[in-house]
Amino acid sequence: MNFRLRIWRQLNLKSSGKLVDYDVENISPHTSFLEMLDVLNEKLLGRGDEPVAFDSDCREGICGTCSLTVNGEAHGPDHPGAVCELYMRRFRDGATITVEPFRVGAFPIVKDLVIDRSALDRIVQAGGFISARAGSAPEANSIPIPKHDSDLAMEAAACIGCGACAAACPNRSAMLFTAAKVSHLSLLPQGYPERDRRVLKMVQVMDAAGFGNCTNTYECEAVCPAEISASFISKLNREYARAQFRRRLGE
Amino acid sequence: MIGTLDAKIPPGPLAQKWRSHRDHMRLVNPNNRRKFDVIVVGSGLAGGSAAATLGELGYRVKCFCFQDSPRRAHSIAAQGGINAAKNYQNDGDSVYRLFHDTIKGGDFRSREANVYRLAEISNIIIDQCVAQGVPFAREYSGLLANRSFGGSQVSRTFYARGQTGQQLLLGCYQALCRQIAAGTVEMFPQTEMLDLVIVDGQAKGIITRSLRSGKIDRHAADAVVLATGGYGNVFYLSTNARGCNVTATYRAYKRGALFANPAFTQIHPTCIPVSGDYQSKLTLMSESLRNDGRVWVPKRKEDRDKPRGEIPEADRDYYLERKYPSYGNLAPRDISSRAAKEVCDEGRGVGPGGRGVYLDFADAIKRLGEDVIRERYGNLFEVYEKITGENAYKVPMRIYPAVHYTMGGLWVDYDLMSNLPGLFVIGEANFSDHGANRLGASALMQGLADGYFVLPNTLPNYLASQMGKRPPPDSAEFGEAEGCVCARIEKLLSVNGTRSVDSFHRELGLLLWDKCGMSRNEKGLREALQKIPELREQFWRDVRVLGSDQDYNQALERAGRVADFLEFAELMCIDALERDESAGGHFREEHQTPDGEALRDDERHAAVYAWEFQGDGQDPKLHREPLQFETVHLAQRSYK
Repeated sequence: MNFRLRIWRQLNLKSSGKLVDYDVENISPHTSFLEMLDVLNEKLLGRGDEPVAFDSDCREGICGTCSLTVNGEAHGPDHPGAVCELYMRRFRDGATITVEPFRVGAFPIVKDLVIDRSALDRIVQAGGFISARAGSAPEANSIPIPKHDSDLAMEAAACIGCGACAAACPNRSAMLFTAAKVSHLSLLPQGYPERDRRVLKMVQVMDAAGFGNCTNTYECEAVCPAEISASFISKLNREYARAQFRRRLGE
Repeated sequence: MIGTLDAKIPPGPLAQKWRSHRDHMRLVNPNNRRKFDVIVVGSGLAGGSAAATLGELGYRVKCFCFQDSPRRAHSIAAQGGINAAKNYQNDGDSVYRLFHDTIKGGDFRSREANVYRLAEISNIIIDQCVAQGVPFAREYSGLLANRSFGGSQVSRTFYARGQTGQQLLLGCYQALCRQIAAGTVEMFPQTEMLDLVIVDGQAKGIITRSLRSGKIDRHAADAVVLATGGYGNVFYLSTNARGCNVTATYRAYKRGALFANPAFTQIHPTCIPVSGDYQSKLTLMSESLRNDGRVWVPKRKEDRDKPRGEIPEADRDYYLERKYPSYGNLAPRDISSRAAKEVCDEGRGVGPGGRGVYLDFADAIKRLGEDVIRERYGNLFEVYEKITGENAYKVPMRIYPAVHYTMGGLWVDYDLMSNLPGLFVIGEANFSDHGANRLGASALMQGLADGYFVLPNTLPNYLASQMGKRPPPDSAEFGEAEGCVCARIEKLLSVNGTRSVDSFHRELGLLLWDKCGMSRNEKGLREALQKIPELREQFWRDVRVLGSDQDYNQALERAGRVADFLEFAELMCIDALERDESAGGHFREEHQTPDGEALRDDERHAAVYAWEFQGDGQDPKLHREPLQFETVHLAQRSYK
């Protein structure tokens, strides 16, 4: 298969970027999208051009490192799945494919297709944890948790932290990311003691990082590689309202 | 001359060693802990849990990872589960049995005392993870569920769907985040360790490069902990993430740390087969699938291209069930991998190139229904379909072995300290617990045991004597190490040859897979030992790395790592040649039983082989640590 690629090239945050056209030929339909970019980079190197910088690591959809917008869609057309799980058989032979980084103000561009997502780490640092010191845990089966709650917590916990939710959102909101962590931990009894503090602080840091607000367009859910349900955003809102209310009551 | 190593195993009965050792180790009082700087390189299950726990204890921790966030370390990709001797299933499990399974699974090439401690700690790891909110699978009662894994006859594996590694890593990432917010841990993402600094014979710092800006920095500390994972990517194609590399441990080796058993690599039996030469990595299908999937190939070569439906039961060879009736499809990894290679070598392999065997769920679906199978393995079936375009509910999966894990690593004593005082090595990066073959669901257990519970107890034993001995980062030793790092980067950029870094890596990988992969022999290893230096020489003459060292330069990153793989590969083959026996994943064709099983030579090789660097171009020096088996009886491993 042959493709015309239009790829965003940008030297660093301060310089301006542009789309540059490249052709790749004789690509097997079983090649993954990122392997196709590897092939392009080998070709560029051969003619003395600097390869396209793009991030990836596990290449099996779990580490959340890869972060490309393909033809305007975060992670490309094959949902659910990260762009490392996208295969060229999904495209028409001869197609033109546009490749850009995730476009989110809170994720500054580092180089070409590479972005800085440390804002997501800061949201977790604000309270996305249960403060259980190593050594202080009770016997694991001393806290029975209804299977339904535990399964639901797992659904939320499956988030891979890629940031596609924010990239797909017209408001560049990271509500799905934050909601997934808040929901995971507040669905479990171990998470109850820190429930109020957690949601208030995480939302505060999320807002300060420059992410937008949720207006229920559900674009996040549509592109999420881990199929996190947007209903967790309602859960986040309920948790937030509950915490605000309890705080006003002085509890 | 061969040196002998002392693992400093505490005296006393096996079951009492860890407890009595803890009673006697030196401590650092809480007010003094903040006076100690500890460097942790790596943020996976071992490094992340160690950094978080040391932070909780009050040490000042600097944690480094090459990923853009500690949450992306490769532990995240572990699928199947984590073992613990809870015996929640009432099926006869115990600490002793987990210990025994692990020693036997490792083909009697690991230390009894370390493995017993691991089995002992396994239970509190589960407690710890549950307290952190790890959503393990549960029964309708609300109590924890278990499943079976290879190499054991009890159900002791805890799991979170097919994403156990992810959930455990997120648990320790969150604990780490808590410490970062509290200011006890300073995190350095996208920062790579390029050298270890030794001052007066002790590890006292590292030299790093920021992958983002190219900036080289010196970090001095009272102790250095390496948790940098395994070296499986030396084979180019493996189930490891693209970034996994040997650089940190290899640099430490070149500074005097001993590298133990580098030939012990694990080839995982259930991976998606290679489909083309553009491929950048292989994908694992969790071993847990062997709970319900049956492995087979056609009995006759002629049938190998027929669809499953046209091959009647009588013409199928369920070779694992046939050869190992009591473990069947759950035979350990090394044995299952070799069995797959064997049937493919006989020409009975399925799929393109004949390098594949079926993993068939038809019987399980008939017995339990598709919904149950979907609930157990749904995400794995989805991954399989994405990669191959095939629906495994309808047609059997095709699988083939691939490099997955490395049991070898830096040599450590019982306290997880290397021969260099102050250098600790934890998780996959050390060699200590899995012998010649790791059992499924034991890597997560070891990473977390080391990080949450072993290191935080043994590190103070060293630090207590180190008060006020941290050297300043402007000392001569740091200057020398930084000089070496910069010179090497400059050299990589100045070759300006014609071949890409990846092309060298791929060539090295194919060579190793052929000569030092699932089976090895003296002739092949000697050939590899001749070819590797040639390839290395060609690399330094003809590699092409474009761009600058002052910005984000992924080709330069990879070039440094591949340069280290090109040296390390030689060490692996030297070790494989020296170990003139078969043990676990190390299968020397010269040493096998009449029915093709690994044949150990306990007289000559019941020992750890640890190698000391003697200078570029020189043969490394061998040190032996004899393995003493006081509790288990050395036996020919049998899973029949």
